[in-house]
Amino acid sequence: MPATTELSRTKERPATRAEQTRNGQVYHPNVDILELPEELLVIADVPGARRDGIDVRFENGTLTIHARIEPRQNDETAYLMREYGVGDFHRSFEVSEWIDAQRISAEIANGVLTLHLPKSEEARPRKIPVRAG
Amino acid sequence: MMLSRNTVNPIHRLRDEIDQLFSDVLPSFQTWDPFGMLPTRGFPAMNVWEDPQNIYVEAELPGLKMSDIEVLVSGDELTIKGERRDTTPESASVHRRERGMGSFARTIHLAVPIEHDKVAAELRDGVLSVTVPKAEAVRPRKIEVRMLEK
Repeated sequence: MPATTELSRTKERPATRAEQTRNGQVYHPNVDILELPEELLVIADVPGARRDGIDVRFENGTLTIHARIEPRQNDETAYLMREYGVGDFHRSFEVSEWIDAQRISAEIANGVLTLHLPKSEEARPRKIPVRAG
Repeated sequence: MMLSRNTVNPIHRLRDEIDQLFSDVLPSFQTWDPFGMLPTRGFPAMNVWEDPQNIYVEAELPGLKMSDIEVLVSGDELTIKGERRDTTPESASVHRRERGMGSFARTIHLAVPIEHDKVAAELRDGVLSVTVPKAEAVRPRKIEVRMLEK
């Protein structure tokens, strides 16, 4: 079975609009999803986020990332050019049950959040010993 | 297109879906550009604002260190250039790739004379903030009005 078939089940949930923060807007972070032999990596760009503003949850097979972003400008800011909005990041994914949910870990550096989703024992590649007949 | 963000705002979502539609129907527009002729959205996206003393330029550059970034001023132009390296391990298979990688450079005109040697840049949590002091000549100055004594 090719390694990618598993991830066809790591599909994104439709964006929920439930999250309304004081900043008003909530943004989808761009993500990379990589598969390594032992784990999946979900890497999300969350510029402006600090460690204490990150909330990662895994419930009922859904991985949810929320990054709180403090406003960096106020309402009176005299913009000359405004190409992006600043607000919280939020995104959810449905994750295959072949993940060891207990061992999910997260780290953040320079505005990039990396989630490690270790594969459960059954999903790891295994070398099958071949015996002489 | 690097690092574009998909907003949850319905209008933006619509636009994103239209973008998606086009890239699905016309993949060649996204990929086949051997001479770099197609207009591209500027990267990084910038927010620029001002107060009487300074112009402030902010760009989101997640994953970069200050050593990956150059901020240059020349005349009334400000250039931000740098590179985000691809750190994908060789053994990884990629299931989704939305985060852009590679070199970028973008120049904007500030349209006012600036103090070149007092430009300051700071990178924090993936957000680059550049403070560009306006030249003395264009700053508003409070003129003290004195009563002439007879």
